[in-house]
Amino acid sequence: MQTAAHTPASVEPVHLAWPSEGMTRVPYQVFFDPAIYELEQEKLFRGPLWSYVALEAEVANAGDFKATFIGDTPVVVTRDKEGALHAFVNRCAHRGALVCREPRGNRVRHTCVYHQWSYDLKGNLIGVPFPKGIDGKGGYPADFTPSQHSLRKLNVATYNGVVFASFSDQVEPLVEYLGPEMRPWLDRIFNRPVRVLGYARQFINANWKLYLENVRDPYHASLLHLFHTTFGIYRSSQGGGVILDRYGRHSMLRAYKRTQEEEVGAYRGANLRTYQEQYTLADPSLLKTRKEFELELTNSIHSIFPCLVVQQIQNTMAVRHILPKGQDKFELLFTFFGYEDDDEEMLAIRVKQANLVGPAGYISMEDGHATELVQQAIVRDETGRSFIELGGREAVNQENLLTETGLRAFWQYYRNLLGFNS
Amino acid sequence: MQRDEVRDAVEDLMHAYVQCIDDDRLEEWPDFFTEGCLYRVIPRENADQGLPIAIMHCDSRGMLHDRVVAHRKANLFAPHIYRHLVSAIRITGQEQEIVTVRANYAVFRTLVDPVSYGVTEVYSVGEYRDKIALIDGVTKFKEKLVIVDTSRIQSLLVTPL
Repeated sequence: MQTAAHTPASVEPVHLAWPSEGMTRVPYQVFFDPAIYELEQEKLFRGPLWSYVALEAEVANAGDFKATFIGDTPVVVTRDKEGALHAFVNRCAHRGALVCREPRGNRVRHTCVYHQWSYDLKGNLIGVPFPKGIDGKGGYPADFTPSQHSLRKLNVATYNGVVFASFSDQVEPLVEYLGPEMRPWLDRIFNRPVRVLGYARQFINANWKLYLENVRDPYHASLLHLFHTTFGIYRSSQGGGVILDRYGRHSMLRAYKRTQEEEVGAYRGANLRTYQEQYTLADPSLLKTRKEFELELTNSIHSIFPCLVVQQIQNTMAVRHILPKGQDKFELLFTFFGYEDDDEEMLAIRVKQANLVGPAGYISMEDGHATELVQQAIVRDETGRSFIELGGREAVNQENLLTETGLRAFWQYYRNLLGFNS
Repeated sequence: MQRDEVRDAVEDLMHAYVQCIDDDRLEEWPDFFTEGCLYRVIPRENADQGLPIAIMHCDSRGMLHDRVVAHRKANLFAPHIYRHLVSAIRITGQEQEIVTVRANYAVFRTLVDPVSYGVTEVYSVGEYRDKIALIDGVTKFKEKLVIVDTSRIQSLLVTPL
């Protein structure tokens, strides 16, 4: 028999020498090398980390399920009759078909359509058709043991209604994974039961880590996103800073208003193209905001490694789930939420302010596009590297927004995790 | 107005609306709406689940105007051309001066940036659910709900549907 002309691309071992400058340089190869993407799926997404999979509000009742991904592996999150959450790989233990074929719903069991192998909400195999055959013909061998053919189960943990899963049995407890530096900020947002208000999806032709850089980068906020400056709303002189966890893998960007005079003065002095004073909003109701947090922040962008971003911009809140789809593609899924006890007025504010974020977001639509501009330009340059020295060469907390400290911290952690040496 | 006249007026409005966008005459786009209009671009997954979030939500003509100013002056995106196809325009109800209309739409997007120059893709497919006001022989959208089947948006949405 002849071999097929088409053979699948084999994964080459990764050859990558990290620049000797360390975390202030990132080799562009990490954004386009398919071998690095494969390594990430194995060492990172299936490694000793916790990945965001759902909000508890999405699987509130017994039988509720949600289909999602860890890295690019399809997984399902379920809630069983006793109220416990489970997660398993969405792949039949028989012949590998996708078991759960709906994005969300409610079922008492999950049955693979291919040969009707049936699983309970914990992922245990509970039934196969014709196990003994018919009239003594066919069927499984006598030693066939259904309990040995469960779906691949994952560890599950929740923090304040946010659900995480892990392939690893060695992973540290979720509370420690999130860490003492990050937990207060999650506590601030997830302070009471939330209600999902809707979804928005973007598909971006860029490496997923370019988006992880974007959400750790306060420098671009008023330079790429010109909405506020065009309409004279507020400017990059606003106060704020970057907080990192002790490993540098998570970050928290926050911004708060200074007085109007301080802002305009600082911006005029900088003489930037982004400063335009001639436009005003015809309908400023978009910016109507209600105080709802003890600590008022105009923006908080909270990145939990690897693929979760929790965002509060004025009164709009969302989790952004980054779903890698190959070395040069990712999906960005926004799950907008409010609180269960929101009144009508607050709900209306959140719906209107959703104009600010998402695929058509006044101050977020450019993020995906910026990552695409990088992906388009870095091709075929094995020695190319970025330059990340804004705010110094360290990865430490900084109390200003003109810094790339969050990027340096992230790359230092990533590099160690994947074992990329100089 | 006679039934045929209403139908003609509705179809004229819907075709003029998409040609305005496709011709990049966005400054005229808000004029297709009444002052107190509602324009929402809603992913079908939200519409089907009764979830309130839209990806564009404008509840006044002023907000439409702000979208146009942001498109021209603030937002950054790959330059592109739209081509709308509208079909299955059907009047489903009329109460006094408000006509309820359903139609299908498809938008092809052609990129004109240097990397993807001249590449056309099916950018968005979905349905218009409109309420059209007929006042003194003039038709305007009082409400235009764009229910987007293509929930997963390629890169971003900046030009209205």
